[in-house]
Amino acid sequence: MKRSSALPTVWMILVYFFLYLPIVVLVIYSFNASKMVTIWGGWTVQWYGAVVHDHQLISALALSLKVALSTATASVVLGTLAAFALTRYRRFKGKSLLNFMINIPLVMPTVVIALALLLFFVTVQKAIGFPQKGFLTIFIGHTVMAISYATVVVQSRLKEMDRSIEEAAMDLGARPFQVFMLVTLPSISQALVSAWLLAFSLSIDEVVISAFLSGPGATTLPVVIFSRARLGLNPTINVVGAITVYLVVIAVAISSVLMARRERRRALESAAAYRQEIDFHPGVHAGDTGIVLS
Amino acid sequence: MADLVPSAPDKRPAKLFNWGRLAVIGSPQLWLIAFLLAPFFVLLKISLSESNALGIGFDPIISYVNDSLQFKLRFSAYIALVRDNLYILTYLSSLWYAFLTTVLCLAIGYPFSYFLARSNPNVRSALLMLVMLPFWTSFLIRIYAWKNLLDVNGLINQFLMWAGIIHTPLRMMFTEFSFMIGMVYGYIPFMILPLYATLVKLDTRMLEAAADLGATPLKTFWLVTIPLSRSGIIAGSLLVFIPAVGEYVIPELLAGPSTLNIGRVMWNEFFLNLDWQRASAVAIVMIILILGPIAVFNKYQTKALEAAR
Repeated sequence: MKRSSALPTVWMILVYFFLYLPIVVLVIYSFNASKMVTIWGGWTVQWYGAVVHDHQLISALALSLKVALSTATASVVLGTLAAFALTRYRRFKGKSLLNFMINIPLVMPTVVIALALLLFFVTVQKAIGFPQKGFLTIFIGHTVMAISYATVVVQSRLKEMDRSIEEAAMDLGARPFQVFMLVTLPSISQALVSAWLLAFSLSIDEVVISAFLSGPGATTLPVVIFSRARLGLNPTINVVGAITVYLVVIAVAISSVLMARRERRRALESAAAYRQEIDFHPGVHAGDTGIVLS
Repeated sequence: MADLVPSAPDKRPAKLFNWGRLAVIGSPQLWLIAFLLAPFFVLLKISLSESNALGIGFDPIISYVNDSLQFKLRFSAYIALVRDNLYILTYLSSLWYAFLTTVLCLAIGYPFSYFLARSNPNVRSALLMLVMLPFWTSFLIRIYAWKNLLDVNGLINQFLMWAGIIHTPLRMMFTEFSFMIGMVYGYIPFMILPLYATLVKLDTRMLEAAADLGATPLKTFWLVTIPLSRSGIIAGSLLVFIPAVGEYVIPELLAGPSTLNIGRVMWNEFFLNLDWQRASAVAIVMIILILGPIAVFNKYQTKALEAAR
């Protein structure tokens, strides 16, 4: 039956080629000396210098980071509360509404959400003179979207978590708040970290909502990149893109080293525990015999 | 938090107000009602109103005139959508390209996920990681990166001319071809991940049984593998199709001006024509169009969650 065929390997290599070709080409072109982006004119790092001195890009990056940090934190807090309510409370008023609202941003096109939010902010601003378009409106828009993803991540962890630890803490007299802070949160900490990272990366990469909700003088990095990319090829975008690729590669390298180290420590610990158990066993048997003898 | 442990008998006296529980439920709910639900009602309201003479501000839908409440719903924005062929064509074209994207993602992604699920378990997680990795770089920049390749002076044209296959550069940018490349590139991970998740759990004994009963590999694939991975196919297709209908960034960067796209039309109605009612109406109709697929998606999601328990 087993026919070894080259098709799987070839197909997979082609798909990986498709996925990585534009990224590799982007990084190479970021070192292109020629102003004509795609015509090779020798190696240079001059565009990297140009990006560092590009005030529009730098101030947009600062706002993007500010928005992404706030969005990630707010989304994890609100998303954890929502996930907790949805998984731990059997029924409450508006449970299906909450579930519905969490699901909307996962499927709704961002153009629609962005337009709705802008019209809403304009209406509110006309009524009470607040808020001006800028950091606050972008932050709110991003958080509305990122809460859903944070909730999904935390929810799946809460569902598979061992409930008996929480029950044990309750039986030992801990108040619900103590149980949540001392038992639930520590045991979902990994999910909280990945939810935070997901919300951060969604926010820092978001274009459409930011474009609708940013005001004069307050735009995010993707909005600046998008407005330049619409005009055509641009060496600075290749450089910004190449830098994000370096950052991702560094982050992945660090996390895989950490993971390998933790894996090794766990292996060592379990080996130590195993040895201890073997050392311990003879004593147990001796005790058993002692009881039988008496 | 009284029913944190529903099975345990209530040991504490019930309080009239459980502030902790109220805060846990209330804060995300309030946030989403204020900044998600309310904006959609504003959108609906503006789509049903008519701008006043100055062109700024809108007549209220409900007004109190001559001692009586008056409702004024204006469907003018919607009537304009139906009257103008352009909008209908744009909706159809957006649905068509979303469908095409889904089919292409499935055609490329299904064999890939299948081979990935059958690959050596030692390298499988690394291979899956390689699919996820581009995800972590900027979506916008990955789409832009194709311009470097597809441009008239881009890498592909340079390569083909160097190899002597063509003599004049091909026009690839701002065509259906560049648009579909970008769409498939942007959305294929959403197809691969659910497909891989179902295919990796597939019981290989079923395939062996089919083979033992005399089915050819192709027949086994059609009659056993595909039906067993149906939930992955549906989930992946909807995850690609639904957002693809309203996609704005990819067509704006890679598709030509003649490619009709509803996200772009909405954007232009709003930012270029400053016609808020019509932009809102376009958005409301888009929501209605994707409501059906969303309902199917939710049904399958709950089903999948129930099955997982």
